[in-house]
Amino acid sequence: MSYTMADALNAALHDAMAHDDSVVILGEDVATLGGVFRITADIERKYGSDRIFDTPLAESGIVGTAIGMAMYGMRPVVEIQFDGFLYPAFEQMVCHVAKLRNRTRGALQLPMVIRIPYGGGIGAVEHHSESPEGYFMQTAGLKVFTPGTPEDAYSMLREAIADDDPVIFFEPKRRYYEKAEGQLPVTTEPVGEAVVRTTGDTATVVAYGPMIPTAMEAAALAVDEGWSLEVIDLRSLNPIDYDTVISSVKKTGRAVVVHEASLTLGPGAEIAARIQEGAFYALEAPVQRVTGWDTPYPPALLEEEYLPNADTILNAVERALDF
Amino acid sequence: MSISLLPPESPVQYLRPDGTLHDNMPNLGLSSDELVDMYRSMVRTRTLDTLAISLQRQGQLGVWASVRGQEGAQIGCAFAMADNDWAFATYREHGISLRKGVPFASLLRQYKGEWFGLFDPKEYGFAPHSIPIATHLLHAVGYAHAARLSGDDLVVFGFVGDGATSEGDFHEALNFASVLDAPVVFFVQNNGYAISTPARIQTRAPSIAHKAIGYGMQGYQVDGNDVLASYNITRIAAAEARATGRPSLIEAHTYRMQPHTTADDDTRYRTAAEAETWVEKDPILRLERLLRSTGDLNDELIEGINHAANEESLSVRAEVTSARAPAVAEAFSHVYLDPPGHLIKQRDAVLAEIEEAGL
Repeated sequence: MSYTMADALNAALHDAMAHDDSVVILGEDVATLGGVFRITADIERKYGSDRIFDTPLAESGIVGTAIGMAMYGMRPVVEIQFDGFLYPAFEQMVCHVAKLRNRTRGALQLPMVIRIPYGGGIGAVEHHSESPEGYFMQTAGLKVFTPGTPEDAYSMLREAIADDDPVIFFEPKRRYYEKAEGQLPVTTEPVGEAVVRTTGDTATVVAYGPMIPTAMEAAALAVDEGWSLEVIDLRSLNPIDYDTVISSVKKTGRAVVVHEASLTLGPGAEIAARIQEGAFYALEAPVQRVTGWDTPYPPALLEEEYLPNADTILNAVERALDF
Repeated sequence: MSISLLPPESPVQYLRPDGTLHDNMPNLGLSSDELVDMYRSMVRTRTLDTLAISLQRQGQLGVWASVRGQEGAQIGCAFAMADNDWAFATYREHGISLRKGVPFASLLRQYKGEWFGLFDPKEYGFAPHSIPIATHLLHAVGYAHAARLSGDDLVVFGFVGDGATSEGDFHEALNFASVLDAPVVFFVQNNGYAISTPARIQTRAPSIAHKAIGYGMQGYQVDGNDVLASYNITRIAAAEARATGRPSLIEAHTYRMQPHTTADDDTRYRTAAEAETWVEKDPILRLERLLRSTGDLNDELIEGINHAANEESLSVRAEVTSARAPAVAEAFSHVYLDPPGHLIKQRDAVLAEIEEAGL
């Protein structure tokens, strides 16, 4: 048996709906259509239109309505159709989703999940390939999860829905059809733990979400160079399990951070800062970053150059080795 | 069908500024005691609001947004709310929060800076008030929708001012409520100004209430300084929402007698003469005139009401002046249910630094 990441996400939603009556799903085209990526397929048929419903086309409205439903005691799972359409909901996410627990001194909480297909690599038109995770990594009160494997997609989404804090769940849409062998349901490591995907001692490659298969490809190719890369899948971007990262860098002495988001003040900036704080004497070279450019996401015919790939990761490893 | 959704051409008024009643007033079913209670609630609101202004002047509060002048709109509305109804309000709904039972001192301690919310919203059906304009109307919709899906017969009240009607979230909230059949009464207090910006700069619609038809919901206009009209129209809107889930939009025409907040200088954008024209339309004075004429109020009763409000004011003052900063560690306590490792580390580093400094 094999299943895709899309299958895993769909199964996680079905199972969460069955497990807990307070789970509800709302968003654009999620009910009848099952979402533009079919992640919510067949849920309306099974659970009815009170539990999953199509909303008017308005992202702030979707997130704001979900906040109210969560205040009442439900566990809303919201779908934002594409990364680039998230921004109308930004105010609701930053001013309310992130802060309600703190504002009320813990009297109210918002157990809600905002699912966002994100990242590039699918030849899309503009506004469909963005990586806005940094905004939410910087926002206290939010949790930010992003799975890099189909197994994690299932297990982490179940964990996100069960969480009493709000979770922004970034789904690497270019990996929706990556396959895993085995059966669902599957339980992987708790989401607070970063996972070492492959061990090595030449350099630590820190990655997440859509960059996990890319980093694994780089690790496979590195063998030809006589290098062994240790790939760490962060899984949770807020909070980040720095202990796992730092103990790996203490072993390898070199670190390469990989993400699709832009370089300047991207996730790699903070990760690099934490590495130098935590593993200063172990570092043989500056922390390398392999990221998107400090430009808007480019047109589709340039995205291959824009996106980190196995070669650019290996180049970064070489820079670290040559330093 | 659509034509019937339009609000009346002019705001509904039952009680004239001189305290006389229009012949068209329906039977409101309010007893003398309830009318006096409305009066008492308005006096209490104004007295405590006045205390808050003076506490701000004395440096006890960072800022205060006064409700003065809007007591009629709010108390009328609040009297039409059932106990299990919820309010999602702005920072100026002191009449509503008092009527819902929220301890006034907790609000003032909030403005002193002790914390952002010092009461449990679930206990009072009063959501933590929202400072980002119009954003909370969507929460009202979600709360109402979830309640209705759960078979709960409550109605949710969403409060905003005229300026908020320009926000995208105002539009999205009314649209979502209507499409979802979410039982929400959107109660807009058009108090003339959004800080300095007059209401005419917010919209060219014939009235804010006219916007309702665009969402397929009923619009209402009331004289917000007529507590009886505010009560009755809200009661009609709430009954409809409770029975059918249909939301509605009420525009209460009123006037903000004070600057936007204690930090504002309203002499830069309006004349004293303008405010003066509203003194005679005062909602408290108006009901007082009526109830004196019916014999339900007299000097002695009014003195008693004022005395009770002043007594409460004194105890609120004592509680606010004695309020102190929370422990520093608490700043880290409510960010997540369980503080993550990095937050615990940061907290401990901060506490160690404070201890080392001997603070």
